[in-house]
Amino acid sequence: MEQAKKLELQSVATEIRLGALLGVHAAKSGHPGGSLSIADLLAYLYFYKMRVDAKNPDDPDRDRLVLSKGHTAPALYATLAEKGFFPKEELAKLRQVDSFLQGHPDMKHTPGVDMTTGSLGLGISAAAGMALAAKIAGKDYRTYAIVGDGESEEGQVWEACMFAAHYKLDNFCLVIDWNGLQIDGPVAEVMNPTPHDKKLEAFGFNVISIDGHDFDQIDAAFTAAENCKGKPTAIIAKTTKGKGVSFMENQVGWHGNAPSDEQYEQAVAELKGGN
Amino acid sequence: MADKIATRESYGNALAELGEKYDFVVLDADLAAATKTGVFKKKFPERFFDCGIAEGNMMTVAAGIATTGKLVFASTFAMFAAGRAFEQIRNSIGYPNLNVKIGATHAGITVGEDGATHQCLEDLALMRTIPGMTVVSPADDVEARAAVEAAMTHKGPMYMRFGRLAVPVLFDKNTYKFELGKGAVLADGKDVTIVATGVMVGMALEARELLANEGISARVINIHTIKPIDREIILAAAADTGAIVTAEEHNIIGGLGSAVAEVVCEGKPVPVLRVGTEDCFGRSGKVPALLEYYGLTPANIAAKAKAAVALKK
Repeated sequence: MEQAKKLELQSVATEIRLGALLGVHAAKSGHPGGSLSIADLLAYLYFYKMRVDAKNPDDPDRDRLVLSKGHTAPALYATLAEKGFFPKEELAKLRQVDSFLQGHPDMKHTPGVDMTTGSLGLGISAAAGMALAAKIAGKDYRTYAIVGDGESEEGQVWEACMFAAHYKLDNFCLVIDWNGLQIDGPVAEVMNPTPHDKKLEAFGFNVISIDGHDFDQIDAAFTAAENCKGKPTAIIAKTTKGKGVSFMENQVGWHGNAPSDEQYEQAVAELKGGN
Repeated sequence: MADKIATRESYGNALAELGEKYDFVVLDADLAAATKTGVFKKKFPERFFDCGIAEGNMMTVAAGIATTGKLVFASTFAMFAAGRAFEQIRNSIGYPNLNVKIGATHAGITVGEDGATHQCLEDLALMRTIPGMTVVSPADDVEARAAVEAAMTHKGPMYMRFGRLAVPVLFDKNTYKFELGKGAVLADGKDVTIVATGVMVGMALEARELLANEGISARVINIHTIKPIDREIILAAAADTGAIVTAEEHNIIGGLGSAVAEVVCEGKPVPVLRVGTEDCFGRSGKVPALLEYYGLTPANIAAKAKAAVALKK
């Protein structure tokens, strides 16, 4: 990837992180850790890879993204606002009773949200359904599902994988956000779902493991996914939970807690300084 | 003698017949031979997708397909649709109000020998608590086919309940009219009203004869749409006859009986007695023996009707 594009995506990812934290801070609740871990992936997908148009959010030929780990909606909302699906001012209304930005994504009321998610393990199946629908309709759009590593403990994730491979959904791309932490502790200690690569290969996927914060690796993986025919691709993205904010990085406690005013100021300063 | 056909057969036949007129796909979870979606599969193999024994995934895949504007039917036994996949239906289909039609067969104890694990007696209750869900429970072949056709043009989530047992054809397909949300008075009466759904509709008509022999005049109402329920026809029955008995192949908690009682309590309080399984699980057995065992009989409906009449002031 060109250096200029990379710098642009880094800048977008910073805006996504800032927007996610702005929402969580204003709401005094939400999930910052896993929002920060997927910011680079969302920046790449919405600002480089995916065929989406903020002016035509319901375009039947658009690429789709299902945030199966729906609790990290703040990052998705910040991405969609940055892309122009709705005004950025809406981010400050996250989780308020008069806002369309629900605690978890709501496709009916939020422009750009392709599927209602939040209950873990479901989004991936919906994404597989969208990919099958593309095959039925003879359309060339692609469908992405971002699944949490902890989320992969849900049995339905594997039902969906079986389905995607069975129907040879090469227009379907699973992204595992491997940040290593879930609410009760390290994923490996709570209920170890590894090895994802071997399991997904056994399920019939083309598997690519990358650093989920490295745009060159991200680009190479998603391009390879597009070029892989006859089976779905799974990209296992090693990420840092809380990425970009020193005191949130790799801390279980920041899964679902909002920063105080002081912490928020520090986080903003770090993110702006780091860009 | 009236022909007998199971409403699951009606479901599969209707899908196959309507496949040319309407653009839709059908999903099943390894039960196509039993739910009768296999009839559709045979005719339209490219529009049928087996999801294997994974009902939760099937329901959410259906939701994903529906987001693209494609009409989709998802089929399995009632137990594994409303039961196993309740949360998927609630969160992935109901909450986003997606146009998924759920064809749930093998509802109720008339599943027979397979026993309690497969006899779903809770589905009407579970499905009607989901906001925006239309819940349909046809009584015979004519009504079941009409319900499937109504599903083709209705927008939004719908749960359709079908049975395994061959049941008498009650309606004349040439004159029958189906309208979602509308009940029908099948026979008039002045002393009590029997409100029935599904396989109990035929029995309600038999119960009416038993009551007539004892000088009691019973109105019989068929409710094929459990939700949204026809409030007007129920309140009119409460006002006109002053007592109601409900009859359903379902737990008396949460299904038709509850829905009718809610309407009556709020609009025109009169005694409402409920015939159904009485907060218990099913069991294995031959269907006639099971119906007798659980009191799903014309005789029990008539007995409850007499009790309801006795409660009138």
